[in-house]
Amino acid sequence: MSENVIEVNDVSMEFRLYKEKVDSLKEYAIKRLKHELEYDNFWALKNVSFEVKKGEAVGLVGRNGSGKSTMLKVIAGVLKPTLGSVRIAGSIAPMIELGAGFDFDLTARENIFLNGAILGYPREMLEENVENIIKFAELEKFIDVPVKNFSSGMVTRLGFSIATVYQPDILIVDEILSVGDFKFQNKCEERIQEMLEKGTTLLLVSHSTEQVRRVCDKAVLLYNGNMLLNGNVDEVCNLYTTL
Amino acid sequence: MRYIENFKKYLPLLQELVSRDLKTKYRRSALGFLWTVLNPLGMMLVLTVVFSTVFQQSIDNFPVYLMCGQLIFNFYNESSSMAMNSIVDNAALIKKVYLPKYLFPMSRVCSALVNVLTSFIALLIVILITQTPITWTIFLVVFPIFYTLLFSLGAGMILSVMTVSFRDIKHLYGVITTAWMYLTPIFYPMSMLPAKLASIVQKNPLTIFVDMMRMVVLYNKVPPVIMHAKCWLVCGVVVVIGFVMFKKKQDTFILKL
Repeated sequence: MSENVIEVNDVSMEFRLYKEKVDSLKEYAIKRLKHELEYDNFWALKNVSFEVKKGEAVGLVGRNGSGKSTMLKVIAGVLKPTLGSVRIAGSIAPMIELGAGFDFDLTARENIFLNGAILGYPREMLEENVENIIKFAELEKFIDVPVKNFSSGMVTRLGFSIATVYQPDILIVDEILSVGDFKFQNKCEERIQEMLEKGTTLLLVSHSTEQVRRVCDKAVLLYNGNMLLNGNVDEVCNLYTTL
Repeated sequence: MRYIENFKKYLPLLQELVSRDLKTKYRRSALGFLWTVLNPLGMMLVLTVVFSTVFQQSIDNFPVYLMCGQLIFNFYNESSSMAMNSIVDNAALIKKVYLPKYLFPMSRVCSALVNVLTSFIALLIVILITQTPITWTIFLVVFPIFYTLLFSLGAGMILSVMTVSFRDIKHLYGVITTAWMYLTPIFYPMSMLPAKLASIVQKNPLTIFVDMMRMVVLYNKVPPVIMHAKCWLVCGVVVVIGFVMFKKKQDTFILKL
């Protein structure tokens, strides 16, 4: 039971910050000729290594711009690290931004299938669970309404509900629990706890140390792209609050 | 093998993306999906009225001649333009979730294919009305349509990679396709072209597809093997270039979106 499901090996991520974003052919040609294609190197992550074992709940904490979201994107496979590697065992449900895959012209019901397919969930499973998804999101009255008419809270609720209908091996949650009203936040946390009990591994990014302490048992602290501390959640949160 | 397995896993997503394209395109229009039939019929009527007086002597059965050319060209035009924008349009998704990115141009080409199949109904209606004699060779339309599909997929992938780096391509391509349309024998016969221009038009891959389309629909002939070989060669080259370029560049998309 103690195998590693996420292994982050010495990951570094470099971004090139072009002084001006060149995306027209003319500009590119001119700047190239003038040798003006200047950029600053920016290392969003520097030699970060950590492991997450199966069933663990790990918090990722750090100030704004410390590389938390970049780390999550590297783990989710959205970004390829410049150096180092990430090894993942099992299926991932990335909740980096809820409702990222929604088409706002489609109805809630149609979006369940679209978004479910994006997350790689089988269609039969979604068909069986349409009612559950809608019920959890508390959108019974709006199931055949185009999502563009939804409030942002409704979109988030639907997104969370779709993403968590399935029991993934690894759940990646970025900051999303801070949206939605108080009651729905509690519901989300309950559902995440349920999944943890069933053996899902959780990676949570949050600014609320309170929430991290409540949900996670381990934590990783990032500071300007460096990993400062990896260990017990209380230790890490204590250090984070003194930064 | 790994690629095939991965493709299978994402096949439902491909279906969903196609059905989304189709649903959103005609949503909120009263006639909805019927437009895929009505649109080519309307275009055909307009062009027939305009051009049939000009080319009347040289082309028999102008409506069907025109529609065969139009069907192939519109298919190419629609699928390659939509595929070109597919990566940029789905930026929000590509930034947030890991997905095989070739699904986006591929889904656009598949949606265009569905539209072509319904446009084909329009062609059949015109064939009935004009009482054009058809034989079993009409079933061979799958070949020109399939070749156009491959060609569009390859071209769409090349274009989508280029568009991510240089958004100019989007605007430039509109001009290119207009020129391309005039260099494809859609509403004029090859025989009326001066030799110099004809040699350019002959080299246009879409000309072969259009010719093959007319051969099976209008002239009831079986396309010769050499013609198929030419098609395979052209499509093969474009698809290979498209896939190689795409594979090489796909990891940098996210940095440029």
